[in-house]
Amino acid sequence: MRIDGKGLINRAAPLRFTFDGAGVTGFEGDTVASALLAQGTKLMGRSFKYHRPRGVMTMGSEEPNALVTTGRGAGQTPNVRATMQEAFEGLEVRAQNAWPSLDFDLLAANDLLSPFFSAGFYYKTFMWPAKFWEKLYEPMIRRAAGLGALSGEPDTGLYEKAFAFCDILVIGAGPAGLMAALTAGRAGADVILADEDARMGGRLLAESHEIDGKPGPVWVDEVLDELEAMGNVRLMTRTSVTGAHDDGTYGALERVGLHMADPGARPLETFWRIHTKRAVLAAGALERPIAFPDNDRPGVMMAGAVRGYLNRFGVAAGQRVAVFGNNDSAHRTAQDLAAAGVEIAALIDSRADAKVCGDYPVYTGAQVTGTKGRKGLTGISVTTATGVQQVESDCLAISGGWNPTLNLTCHMNGRPVWNEALQAFLPVPDMVPGLEAVGAANGVFSTAGALAAGVDGAKNALQAIGKKPVSVDIPKAEDGTYALSPLWVVDGKSRAWLDFQNDVTVKDVKLAAAENYASVEHMKRYTTQGMAPDQGKNSNVNALAVLADATGRGIPETGTTTFRPPFVPVSLAAIGAGARGKGFAPERFTTSHAASVAAHAPMIEAGLWYRPSFFPREGEKTWRASCDREVAMVRNAVGICDVSTLGKIDIQGKDAAQFLDFVYTNMFSSLKVGRVRYGLMLREDGIVMDDGTTARLADDHFVMTTTTVAAGQVMAHLEFVAQALVPDLDVHLISTTEQWAQFAVAGPKSRELLNAVLDDGLDPEAWPFMACGTASVAGVEGRLFRISFSGEHAYEVAVPARYGEGLWRLLISQAEALGGGAYGMEALNVLRIEKGFITHAEIHGRVTADDVGMGRMISVKKDCIGKAAASREGLSASGREQLVGLRPVGAVKQLLSGAHLFNETAEAVRVNDQGYVTSVGFSPTMDTFLGLGFLKNGRARHGERVRMVDHLRGVEAICEVCDPVFFDPEGGRVRG
Amino acid sequence: MRIPCPLCGDRDHREFTYKGAAVALDRPGNSDWSDDWDSYIHLRDNPAGDTDEMWWHGAGCGGWLVVTRNTVTHEVKAARMAADVKGAGA
Repeated sequence: MRIDGKGLINRAAPLRFTFDGAGVTGFEGDTVASALLAQGTKLMGRSFKYHRPRGVMTMGSEEPNALVTTGRGAGQTPNVRATMQEAFEGLEVRAQNAWPSLDFDLLAANDLLSPFFSAGFYYKTFMWPAKFWEKLYEPMIRRAAGLGALSGEPDTGLYEKAFAFCDILVIGAGPAGLMAALTAGRAGADVILADEDARMGGRLLAESHEIDGKPGPVWVDEVLDELEAMGNVRLMTRTSVTGAHDDGTYGALERVGLHMADPGARPLETFWRIHTKRAVLAAGALERPIAFPDNDRPGVMMAGAVRGYLNRFGVAAGQRVAVFGNNDSAHRTAQDLAAAGVEIAALIDSRADAKVCGDYPVYTGAQVTGTKGRKGLTGISVTTATGVQQVESDCLAISGGWNPTLNLTCHMNGRPVWNEALQAFLPVPDMVPGLEAVGAANGVFSTAGALAAGVDGAKNALQAIGKKPVSVDIPKAEDGTYALSPLWVVDGKSRAWLDFQNDVTVKDVKLAAAENYASVEHMKRYTTQGMAPDQGKNSNVNALAVLADATGRGIPETGTTTFRPPFVPVSLAAIGAGARGKGFAPERFTTSHAASVAAHAPMIEAGLWYRPSFFPREGEKTWRASCDREVAMVRNAVGICDVSTLGKIDIQGKDAAQFLDFVYTNMFSSLKVGRVRYGLMLREDGIVMDDGTTARLADDHFVMTTTTVAAGQVMAHLEFVAQALVPDLDVHLISTTEQWAQFAVAGPKSRELLNAVLDDGLDPEAWPFMACGTASVAGVEGRLFRISFSGEHAYEVAVPARYGEGLWRLLISQAEALGGGAYGMEALNVLRIEKGFITHAEIHGRVTADDVGMGRMISVKKDCIGKAAASREGLSASGREQLVGLRPVGAVKQLLSGAHLFNETAEAVRVNDQGYVTSVGFSPTMDTFLGLGFLKNGRARHGERVRMVDHLRGVEAICEVCDPVFFDPEGGRVRG
Repeated sequence: MRIPCPLCGDRDHREFTYKGAAVALDRPGNSDWSDDWDSYIHLRDNPAGDTDEMWWHGAGCGGWLVVTRNTVTHEVKAARMAADVKGAGA
């Protein structure tokens, strides 16, 4: 029911939305909950376990009952708090966890079975038979119990991640937060004021208090006007600060487009990381219920919320409202409603000495001991010293006192302390370094107290960051005392709810204590108290008071469970914003990418890079056909391959050679300018890290190549060595991987090709094997290296990346004219296996230099990284698995990498394992499969026969062990 | 967590890569295997409190830092360039 003249809604802007298909009318400024309440809808949801009819209880993010689903299809969002969702034209809202409908829910039968559904019920009941759990019991329970469901479709909505920085972050924009922001803003600090509501003001929007003689909302607007006019204050509405993290970092979730019919290009939500020097927590307090029999009926609401719906939305939550509390703040609900002309059925105060005046029935020293009305409250039982009275009422406003919203202060393991006078937990200073709780969040419940505390909190923060506060007048406001007498539970026969969202009752907590789940953390897990999406915001303290009573300990001894981030549920889409699809794994393209794709080459991933697998030609039906042709092309004519993805590190400085001696096992100081050398790099523990070639361009200038996969690791390693181990050396490193496009030109006709392409031709005398230097192509100065990963006479030619595509096209056309062409990763792999060259399939992080037959590359003349550890006996002991070549010699001609090796007649079981296969390929050159692998004492076993067994794919093959260099072992071709 | 890089200023920890205890700076001087080498490579304290550790500012200046961090509170107390620490004879 709307009350004329009340509320902050815009009555000139009506809007319509639907709830379970039925039209609802509201106004701009309404939430879904306020609009539903205004039209008298009490039933808004069904409870988690028992499917009990439930109505809205609160008006904030702590709402346990009124969870709804908004949107449809991929845009469907479950578990939206009706109290937080702003109403807008066309919004589609549906009830959840009810079937077939909210009004008639068949699963409400669960409620009749409630005696069987008590704490620990699942564990006790569904024990046997064990295998039924996964197949039958769990799916059944999951179907019956639950909240909203996801659509099952990919969420295509826009989400964003963002970062913000400030001097002072003020969390919450009630009286304390506004004064804190004003004080900090006037002093010139960079301030962010964040509030999870759509409108700033906090309780000042929900109360009828005056500030400085003005209505609260008017004063709020004046303050906001001043803050907005400051250049140094940023106001963030609809922003819930979700977590307090290390070093002044706070997570925050902003609802950007969720309140709009058409958010356009805006994200639905933005997840913020706010870094601040200091923070002021002015998050206010949450009212807690009282557990009395059948306290969960739709129409039973928090007293502060009933008052808030009236003052902020102009909504009377009932026609005949009863109020039940243990403290004075509840009285204000009766006063405000009565002043607005709403009938007060009764004001019940549990305190016998409560001073109450008002023109309505007042019961002091009384309790509500029962309720009636299944889908909406119809009446309550009030028990006084003289007996029980039935009172007709359709809305019961309850208040068991207030809990400071101190959740954020606990996010870094701090423990709040119990305050006997306030009957609440309070934060202690420095639970989160740099964060100070003020106002109601710190147990200061009067408006005047909150205003002053906000100023003080800001002054402390300003002082900490070395800024001088300017004087701020504290406005006049209500300064009432907060008096209460603890009342947690009213005894009775029926169930009394504590955690409304997870359906935990007083009986459940008592049962947990009786079954010795007496620690608060055990009780929580046994009963699921506080484990629902609301994290027990309005129920935890009540539950542990019940536990304290049941165990005979006090509340301080019982302690509280741990508050953890996030303060409110955060959608994964917001946390993972930007990481969907290609954002999850960005692509790195070589300069030849477009040309390779145009040539129909399938691209394969190599880290973030994409490389061509093979280049299919007319008539080639399988990848093998293309691969075989490309291998033959390189062996007989000339092939071109983009090798730009290999790491390239430019190393300069007068001590560059000495540095390389230290990071490589072999000597580089002896390398002549204009020459290239193969190098092997170890980790400090003696295991092979990487390999590659390094060219000496000048005395103090080298270019190192790393493998594609280890480029980043090697760069970090070299920087570590240079900076942390040998900082005295004059050496400078920079990655130039992306600055140079580099192509292998391999095959007997490579010289002929380059002679035609290079501006100055190719003088055979000047370019022996392992020579390097500058060379110009079409007027572009580039680099030429005579190196080979195929065993053929080959070169690698490099140009600045912007010329890469042009050079690629030129090289391909020249190669094709010579009977060659491009080759891809498959052919590259076969070519290197034929030559026994290793890759990270072999140097996989567990092999030593000796294992791959390079033990003698560890120079005895100098120290190097990994040398000491590599000298350990175990790293070259007999019995280690050593690199060998494998070739099938039995009936089965196929080899498979990943397969294991066994002696020919031994059973293929683990204890008989002799080694494994790391790389295989079909060699068209030698017309057979070839493999590389590791075999125990392999180097001494050339000529032996072993059995390859692939248990996964069910393939066995007899292999001959041989030297890993299958083709041209003398190396005549590479020098030719 | 924020790390005050001496070259780049206060930066988010996601720009950095962690390597381990700053023991890594104390590489034994000779290349013969010994107990010193064993300790250097394998043995690490597990302190509850302040510890010096290596972080690489890979998404920033490329500097290797020695960061003093409290393992209990996560408070980052100092960050110095590894080269300076090593140069000072650490």
